[in-house]
Amino acid sequence: MSVINPLNRSMTTDFDSRNMDWYIDKFVQFIVFVAGISAIIFIIGIFIFITMEGFGFLLEDFSFREFFFSPFWEPSDEDAPEYGILALVAGTASVTGLAMIVAIPFSLGAAIFIGEFASGKMREYLKVLVELLAAIPSVVWGFIGLSIMNPLIIDLFDVPVGLNVLNAGIILGLMAAPIMTSIAEDALKAVPDRYREAAEALGATRWQVIFKTVLPAAKNGLLGAVLLGVGRGFGETMAVLMATGHAVNIPGSLFDPVRALTATIAAELGETAVGSPHYQALFTIGIFLFIITFIINLTADLIVRGIRKG
Amino acid sequence: MFAESALNVRNKRVQNLFRILFLMMTVLLIIPVVIILATLIAKGGSIISIDFLFTDPTNGMTAGGIFPALLGTVWIVAVALLASVPLGVAAAIYLNEYAGDNWFTRIIQLAIINLAGVPSIVHALFGVGAFVIFFGFGTSILAASLTLAIMTLPVVIVSTRESLRAVPQAFREACWNMGATRWQTIRRVVLPNAVSGILTGVILEVSRTTGETAPIMFTGAAFFLPFLPQGVFDQTMALSLHLFVVATQVPGVPDNLPFGVALVLIAMVLLMNSISIAFRMYLRGKKKW
Repeated sequence: MSVINPLNRSMTTDFDSRNMDWYIDKFVQFIVFVAGISAIIFIIGIFIFITMEGFGFLLEDFSFREFFFSPFWEPSDEDAPEYGILALVAGTASVTGLAMIVAIPFSLGAAIFIGEFASGKMREYLKVLVELLAAIPSVVWGFIGLSIMNPLIIDLFDVPVGLNVLNAGIILGLMAAPIMTSIAEDALKAVPDRYREAAEALGATRWQVIFKTVLPAAKNGLLGAVLLGVGRGFGETMAVLMATGHAVNIPGSLFDPVRALTATIAAELGETAVGSPHYQALFTIGIFLFIITFIINLTADLIVRGIRKG
Repeated sequence: MFAESALNVRNKRVQNLFRILFLMMTVLLIIPVVIILATLIAKGGSIISIDFLFTDPTNGMTAGGIFPALLGTVWIVAVALLASVPLGVAAAIYLNEYAGDNWFTRIIQLAIINLAGVPSIVHALFGVGAFVIFFGFGTSILAASLTLAIMTLPVVIVSTRESLRAVPQAFREACWNMGATRWQTIRRVVLPNAVSGILTGVILEVSRTTGETAPIMFTGAAFFLPFLPQGVFDQTMALSLHLFVVATQVPGVPDNLPFGVALVLIAMVLLMNSISIAFRMYLRGKKKW
């Protein structure tokens, strides 16, 4: 047979033999697959390791009522330590809320200008500028809050201390705005040009096109951008550590100092003994933060992906 | 002949009004940052000198330079890159060259998005639990760098994937037709065509790693050390943490010192981002297909 049909034999040797190249190929495929799923491994790993460190607290000292509803965070009290994160949640929420009030109008406005009004070179320059603004490290923002905003607020509003909700909110807003701008601009860009052309063909002016056509079509993407901004605000550490004033307090006004969940971990982890209830309580806050930001990011992604498919 | 109707005039006016309004919003977003940068330069510029960059801090960090912090940041960034670049590039190769468009790939993407969204302080807790305690690296450059590597992994994956995707499918098909295996195609055709794009992402990651503070606070960076790190199991000072320390933890620091540190840090970060952006634009202009 083989003598009669040599072509057939060479086919089998070429395509079926498991030579060195074949093994290398399979080996590489395995390696990149492991690398590919590493993100999943790390996410699960993060959850497992912070749960492991915080587990002792969850078993012993943890009480759901105290943890979520007590405004007293006094973990170093020798007789009766209290682990209530209500005031810390209020601190994080107030600062993030103010940051969003600052960031949403400006970032959406800037996204609309860059995406719909600016053209050519100007658009390029503005996008580069926004990208550079997003790169400023959070510790630098915190320092700005401490050294520039603090005296400014004391002067302007005649208050004794300028490290408060207002300061941290503005700083966080300025920080989140560039990122929200570029995500929002992506959402506007995802609206097909034929929508705009159809609206223009009906005689709509530019702003009518934007308000009646583009914004409704990009609604989900814009919502996703806002949600990612919220997630970013929730997780921000150095800036809020340096600009909030760091006092455990449910804020009554913009000029009250507060303390954020993230900042509490950053400030106290270094002082606690490994394995002590205080140390484990800080990890429990970490679990809480992980779950909250996980939900926010997941929701944002689902919302954004929703329009891509539709 | 075609006189503009009242409606037309009104529409034009409204449009111009909105144009100006949105321009103002963009400008208002940028102006505070320009003012801040100007203040940093005005207050910190006076202290910047070759000496400031290359001498040790003295007098309990109230005088002298920032050399150990600068060197420590180089250490941390270098080790972090060694870990995250190969892993991130391999992950991007899997996602772009091997993975199908199915639920499993979708889960990987969700994990990447979430990895980028986990708060930096939670990454720090993970670094403490995993690298410092569980793997027994102690507070060291290695623990700090691995924590940062995992945190910045999404940057490498996303940018590498972007540049792999830009290589036309026809290139791969031509190579397969020559009888090359998948890996040979990737190594000889896909990667060479994507390497400059990957580099852009790596520079971006360097910038990101340089500025991070919270993840290294408890995993390897120290407030002050009288010696320089000798290896990856030593602790080190770092520029970002040094800014935090001189701004908040040390009494009696002269006004211009923290401003100087902030200026150096922000200059490094912005410089690297600018290089990355310029590189990207150059590549876009050069692209032949």
